[in-house]
Amino acid sequence: MDEPFERVVAQHGATVLRVCRAVLGPADADDAWSETFLSALRAWPDLDRGANVQAWLVTIAHRKAIDVLRAAQRRAVPVAELPDAVAAPAGRDLDLWSALARLPHKQRHAVALHHLGGLPYDEVAGVLGGTPAAARRAGADGVATLRRTYQATIDGGDR
Amino acid sequence: MTTLDAPVTPDDLSRLHADLAARAAREGLVDVAYRTLDGPLGPLLLAATPAGLVRVAFAVQDHDAVLSDLATRISPRVLAAPGRLDDVARQLDEYFAGRRRAFDVPLDLRLVGGFRRVVVEHLADIGYAHTASYAAMAAAAGSPRAVRAVGTACALNPVPVVVPCHRVVRSDGSPGQYAGGADAKLTLLDLETRVGA
Repeated sequence: MDEPFERVVAQHGATVLRVCRAVLGPADADDAWSETFLSALRAWPDLDRGANVQAWLVTIAHRKAIDVLRAAQRRAVPVAELPDAVAAPAGRDLDLWSALARLPHKQRHAVALHHLGGLPYDEVAGVLGGTPAAARRAGADGVATLRRTYQATIDGGDR
Repeated sequence: MTTLDAPVTPDDLSRLHADLAARAAREGLVDVAYRTLDGPLGPLLLAATPAGLVRVAFAVQDHDAVLSDLATRISPRVLAAPGRLDDVARQLDEYFAGRRRAFDVPLDLRLVGGFRRVVVEHLADIGYAHTASYAAMAAAAGSPRAVRAVGTACALNPVPVVVPCHRVVRSDGSPGQYAGGADAKLTLLDLETRVGA
């Protein structure tokens, strides 16, 4: 690529932050955001001109977010038992990040990559494993749950 | 596609950008750092490589186009990272306020070669509040007949103001052309005349 990298940050900075927050929550997302753009800046001159920059960044962001997650888990003190997902309190009083945190793992990641990162489901499947159809189902199920738990607007229909 | 109303504020992004610029600079990943500086000539774009100041551009030259050109000719690792430009920005502020007569910053003249480079290197010999004709500059650069080429070299000076191509005027004393526009050239010549040699 021979475009100034600054434009990449300006154009895709918000999307990358949403993906990082969806996977990590707002408190730990900053680190993943910085790691994503540092890594992208390093590789930028060698990226093919025809590459889909947003998809490239979202894939890096997801990987960096997983790295941050694993590092946090290594540091964490183990506890006896944790539920997979915490039941949502009654009413739509969660913010998006808390609502996402309560989704099952695969749904949370499918929503992060597809609905917040704009990654097509066949590429979501490439990142998460499984088939595109399964990725689509996870994304749709995740959004259906968010509709019940997340207070703010969700526009449009599922695909 | 379903869109989620996911809040991200401009403050979040500017804080993250500042942190990225600092970390990228520390890791040697910023091949071209830039910022803009407001002054009497309108916003100036200032760009530097690790070697030194590489480009100064006026708004009429289209800052976006200049950044694209730097990305192509030097490196696409171009980032708004103001730290590297602190010195030159401060010196330009002092110059515009009439409190500085010469610049002391490292220059990276990689964008000029050949005869144009020779001319640009001789521009620094014209002192504050003095002028030289295009013909005199051609003679100083060792090619007395290359008057037009001197005009081109001045017009394409990559670091105007800091390297004073505005001090090169026509033989009849009229200011002549300037990359920042004839008015910008007059503003600089008037400033220097007012402050005095």
